[in-house]
Amino acid sequence: MSDHAVHSEHYDREAGKLGMWIFLFTELFLFGGLFLVYAVFRATYSADFHEAASELNTFIGTLNTVFLLTSSMTVAMSITAIQKNNRTLAFMLILITLILAGLFMVDKYIEWSHEFAYKVYPGSEVLKNMPRGELLFFGLYFMMTGLHALHVFIGMILLTINLVKVKKGIIHRENYLLLENSGLYWHLVDLIWIFLFPLLYLVS
Amino acid sequence: MKNQETHSTGYLTYAIVLIGLLALTTLSVAVTGIHLGAFTVALALLIASIKVAFVLAVFMHLRSENLFLKLAVAGVFVLFALVIIITFFDYLFR
Repeated sequence: MSDHAVHSEHYDREAGKLGMWIFLFTELFLFGGLFLVYAVFRATYSADFHEAASELNTFIGTLNTVFLLTSSMTVAMSITAIQKNNRTLAFMLILITLILAGLFMVDKYIEWSHEFAYKVYPGSEVLKNMPRGELLFFGLYFMMTGLHALHVFIGMILLTINLVKVKKGIIHRENYLLLENSGLYWHLVDLIWIFLFPLLYLVS
Repeated sequence: MKNQETHSTGYLTYAIVLIGLLALTTLSVAVTGIHLGAFTVALALLIASIKVAFVLAVFMHLRSENLFLKLAVAGVFVLFALVIIITFFDYLFR
């Protein structure tokens, strides 16, 4: 009987991971649609896109890339720590991931506040008086980074749940599917940013 | 064929991949500073794709996953590429 139990747990794990991947595919297409819109408008209004993109702060964008890439590594390491039965290390690594995610959000807050101070936000008068291509760029910029930031926020909630469950010992060497799937979600957030960063901040 | 073994990636592997990713980010920032026209976008996207491949393979453990999942992920990216290509065919030649 116990043999059977172990067996079925394995299959649950495989299915659980596959389900997560299928969900991630839908997420890719959610952002994919926006990337497609970006590509078409960029082709139509390339001069305006250049102009508008140069107004973004590359330093803040680069800093956020560093935060996200590093946090992706720490969450991946936390899974190794759990596999090695080192719960304290796993806890610390998830905590570091959360702190890096928090820094990303603070950075984003500073960036958006700065733009809002210059009356650059969706629907503002300043934006409405911009050339059409620049208006479209900023519309896409706020939509894409906003949707991405929402994903970072959801990821932070997931990581916090994992943090508590690791602490309580609910997530351990034999059962860490939640941590694995949350990790996959976090890496997806990273993947999206890897494409967003050059397209919005660098190509000016 | 190993059946249900948990594949564990070492801490050092992750650290090396991170260094690689950060180096590619630096390269990407530096390269886009030079004005290469249309090539700038192509180069930035190429570097981003390399970074994504590393995240998928190592951080997301895709390299130790089964063939089905590898093909599924590849398929999704191919599908998205097709969506872009078909859209642009329609858009450019209409």
